[in-house]
Amino acid sequence: MSAITHRYEFVFLFDVTNGNPNGDPDAGNLPRLDPETNKGLVTDVCLKRKIRNYVTLDKGDSEGFAIYMKEKAVLNNQHAIGRKAVGLEKETADELKKLPKDEAKARELTAWMCSNFFDIRTFGAVMTTGVNAGQVRGPVQLAFATSIDPVVPIEVSITRMAVTTQKEADEQSGDNRTMGRKHIIPYGLYRVHGFVSAKLAERTGFSAGDLGLLWQSLINMFEHDRSAARGEMASRKLFVFEHESAMGNAPAHKLFETVVVERLTADADGPARAFADYNVSVMRDALPSGVTLHELL
Amino acid sequence: MAFGVRLHVWGERACFTRPEMKVERVSYDAMTPSAARGILDAIHWKPAIRWHVDRIHVLKPIRFESIRRNEVGSKLSPGAVSKAMKAATTDGLWNLVDEDRQQRAATVLRDVAYVIEAHFDLTPKAGDEDSVGKHLDIFNRRARKGQCFQMPCFGVREFPAHFSLVEGDEAMPQPDAALTGARDLGWMLHDIDFDQGNTPRFFRAHMQDGVIDVPPWHSDEVKS
Repeated sequence: MSAITHRYEFVFLFDVTNGNPNGDPDAGNLPRLDPETNKGLVTDVCLKRKIRNYVTLDKGDSEGFAIYMKEKAVLNNQHAIGRKAVGLEKETADELKKLPKDEAKARELTAWMCSNFFDIRTFGAVMTTGVNAGQVRGPVQLAFATSIDPVVPIEVSITRMAVTTQKEADEQSGDNRTMGRKHIIPYGLYRVHGFVSAKLAERTGFSAGDLGLLWQSLINMFEHDRSAARGEMASRKLFVFEHESAMGNAPAHKLFETVVVERLTADADGPARAFADYNVSVMRDALPSGVTLHELL
Repeated sequence: MAFGVRLHVWGERACFTRPEMKVERVSYDAMTPSAARGILDAIHWKPAIRWHVDRIHVLKPIRFESIRRNEVGSKLSPGAVSKAMKAATTDGLWNLVDEDRQQRAATVLRDVAYVIEAHFDLTPKAGDEDSVGKHLDIFNRRARKGQCFQMPCFGVREFPAHFSLVEGDEAMPQPDAALTGARDLGWMLHDIDFDQGNTPRFFRAHMQDGVIDVPPWHSDEVKS
């Protein structure tokens, strides 16, 4: 597969109902908030994790789609049996210190990693090779996702009818009830912008097939990421701007401005509680020439 | 300003990491010349030219925000890759992120806008086909159309930098009133000296009414 030859930008909308899309480790796992605007945030790395997990589920062990940054939960689906594994723990300290000083060798390593690992081909990776070729900048760049409106997290107290240890049971004299907390956002519609550079794709071999897989994972990633904390999350809209040329035909911000998400005025005095409370419009007339808009979802 | 350019850049967030606070990242108050050069490079660069940042205009008040994220603690080791290549399998060559976790906070800038004033020199690698006019035209054409090699960013790739060219006769965007007066930003990274084994070099950054004058790369003010 040859690398893609067009530059792309995308606007991706997803929403959460009664769930926590991305907890903030600094705030006791409360949903992330922008302190200045009270809008919700979802970090770039949170979405990248979901893309990686989707690709693992979709592609399994097929060649060229291994994932370097793994979650163990997904590892359990792997049935890599009967092959000689190259365990990282078997590395001796000396071997780890040996860096390929030779640039050609480093390039070879990088190329091999790119052709075998989808996430390195897509997002890039840092290898400690000491030469520039060991750092891969991937073609796909994601920004932070921000909610359209301010969100109000709700703290929900829950009880558990069991305790963990005998000691706790003794302290409670057999009542055995503990309290827990969940943080949810009743509803939030989030918008995220992304960029795909054709020129960097050339260097990592990110192909049209990989791009299709990226769109697929954005559309479907929440379907395989259900959990007690997430509530209902769904991909709502994916607008892809395709430039005619590799360098691009228009500034990215001009393209993003053509996608307008606003509250429907009829009931805008109350809080939004569903995707139907929003209107997504695209100013197609304002699209610069040389850019095609694909509405993939 | 014979072959200088002016580029207006803006974005939601930025993180120009201070080298002395890299683990829990803390951003400089303003864009470093090195980051500005990176933005110009992302739009147009060839080995034949080298960008020099002359002035950085800060347009928005300096505000910070803290973000904590789960990051991984280790990098790929080439040794492990060579082994996997020899064995022709990717089995075991991965990083288990939930066992190699580091939660790190980053103190980043919010709602930034700058104007980068810069020019470029031809380097020894320039051939007969490279001329100042040619590269200047390419840069201006791309910046005008919003073309870029890759989306420029403010320090880290998750903070994209939107850009537009400030044409020769166009008025400069005016800095926010809060930036009036003189401010000493302390020692700031100028750029990395790649010819001298990647030595960082620093300069004393003074902001006067939002404008940081960047001393030339080889002047005495720049220390490593």
